[in-house]
Amino acid sequence: MPANRFNNFTDYGIGIGLRVPHYQHILSRKPSCDWFEIISENFMVDGGRPLQVLDQILEQYRVVQHGVALYLGSTDGVDQEHLRRLKRLVKRTNTPWLSDHLCWGSIDGSYSHDLLPLPYTFEAARHVAQRIREVRDFLEVPILVENVSSYAEFHASEMTEWEFLSEVVEKADAGILLDVNNIYVSSQNHGFNPYDYLDNIPHDRVGQMHIAGHSKFEKYILDTHDNPVLDPVWKMYAHATKAIGPTATLLEWDDRIPSFDEVHNEALKAGRFCQELVRATSEV
Amino acid sequence: MQPPKSEPSPAPALREIQRQFATGIMRPLTREQTMHPEWIDGRPSAEAVGGFIKPNDRLSSIERLEIYNRQYWYRLLDCFYEDFPGLRTLIGDKPFSAMAEAYLTKYRSRSFTLRDLGQDLGKFLEEEPQWAGKHAPLAHDLVRLEWAHIVAFDSEMLPPVDLDELLGQGPETLRLGIQPHLTLLTCDYPVDTYLLATRRREEPQGGASHAMAEQRKKKSARKVPRPREEKVWLAIHRHENSVYYKRLEPAAHALLAQLREGKTLAQACEAAAVLGDETFGEKLKEWFTQWASFGWFVRPN
Repeated sequence: MPANRFNNFTDYGIGIGLRVPHYQHILSRKPSCDWFEIISENFMVDGGRPLQVLDQILEQYRVVQHGVALYLGSTDGVDQEHLRRLKRLVKRTNTPWLSDHLCWGSIDGSYSHDLLPLPYTFEAARHVAQRIREVRDFLEVPILVENVSSYAEFHASEMTEWEFLSEVVEKADAGILLDVNNIYVSSQNHGFNPYDYLDNIPHDRVGQMHIAGHSKFEKYILDTHDNPVLDPVWKMYAHATKAIGPTATLLEWDDRIPSFDEVHNEALKAGRFCQELVRATSEV
Repeated sequence: MQPPKSEPSPAPALREIQRQFATGIMRPLTREQTMHPEWIDGRPSAEAVGGFIKPNDRLSSIERLEIYNRQYWYRLLDCFYEDFPGLRTLIGDKPFSAMAEAYLTKYRSRSFTLRDLGQDLGKFLEEEPQWAGKHAPLAHDLVRLEWAHIVAFDSEMLPPVDLDELLGQGPETLRLGIQPHLTLLTCDYPVDTYLLATRRREEPQGGASHAMAEQRKKKSARKVPRPREEKVWLAIHRHENSVYYKRLEPAAHALLAQLREGKTLAQACEAAAVLGDETFGEKLKEWFTQWASFGWFVRPN
């Protein structure tokens, strides 16, 4: 039985990101995988190989869309062409939900192609919540917003990041894509306790989780998605799973991508946390 | 249902912060890969950035924004590096980076997708040919071909028309559309063979950014001979999900260009025949058979 209305996809299990170096392996070997997450913008094209591959994947697997360029926090008007293309893709994939980031990325028509941090203000929360509602009404699919890794904080902020995330999703009546690695990265860069974050968000709104690897530099941590998940992140994931319940989870590996099997095996570690949790719950 | 309105949001404080942030990260880095020390209004950047970004116990305000400043440029330059391997090979890595930085400063990305990043590069090189130095004419041809390659890769493929169905229609009234993924180019240099040679020495995509930097040095050592001036007529198109550069005879090129402009078949043939020889009439059937087999003809708009 689903835990709540934003977490009613628990049977999705463990997915991995669909990436170009794995296309051939997936299409020829058809390996077992609960689901694939696609970067929406990579398939918002009019034709060619990207759409052909997507259609072949859709014949065999469940696909969930994850975006990187909706820029829900941007104060520019909505990019209508972007939304039209996104809706076309939603119809093609039949994605059960759609996620993008709690960030901004364009201003005065110029695009940064980055996930830029927002100041945690009530004005920003109202703006993002309104934008999420507009986008959801047009796309007609549940929206989950993902917390981003950040490297800067604003003087203007009026609340913590987890209070801001909560304010946004409550106002928008949206779900959360909880990126556990991003919480860890930001906690190290900004000096907060990541467990305060995990314990103080509305658990009933978490519809999906992300896990990934990161890279440590002398004075900060970068969210690089180029290596296995590190121990502190696994511990946080176990804590989150216990609090939230088994949740659709995806491993992100976007750079220095190893073989499909290596990525999939890393992702399946998350499945073991969920299985242990289910076992422990049923024993009580 | 229509998408939501495209007017800016009434969140003035947020918008002001976003403008300041973008001002900082979209300015080119210094040679030392640091943020520009002077803000656009002449103040020290440290003072300007300190006004909206907090420092922490390890990094100053400017060092924190500098992380985003670097990410912005590294991401865009990497994308450019992959999209224009021919131009990069022609003018060399360092001049290419300088040119890309100047282009991206003048023509910031106006699209949600990085795919469109180089769409104004041809225009930029016409406006500022000094970036390609003595190779400016060749660079101009090459950039047009590299952009046509991007267009051919993922543009729409409309259902091709069956020419037999149109046989009943006379050439005086028959109009044919051309596939959106097909670009027609007239070039002063054989840039098709040059670009194929540079692409052959490229590794497949999907590598890491750090690994990519190492590859750049190795590849630069292997030169591709620069082509001599020779006029070529090209059709850049996609067939069975592969991009091809097909050479055409001048008359064939003109015929397709006329059809794309919306001329009737009779008008297009008349204009193209001027460029053909005595075999023009015989070749027409051969061309149409081949182009139809590629699926180039579609219903006109």
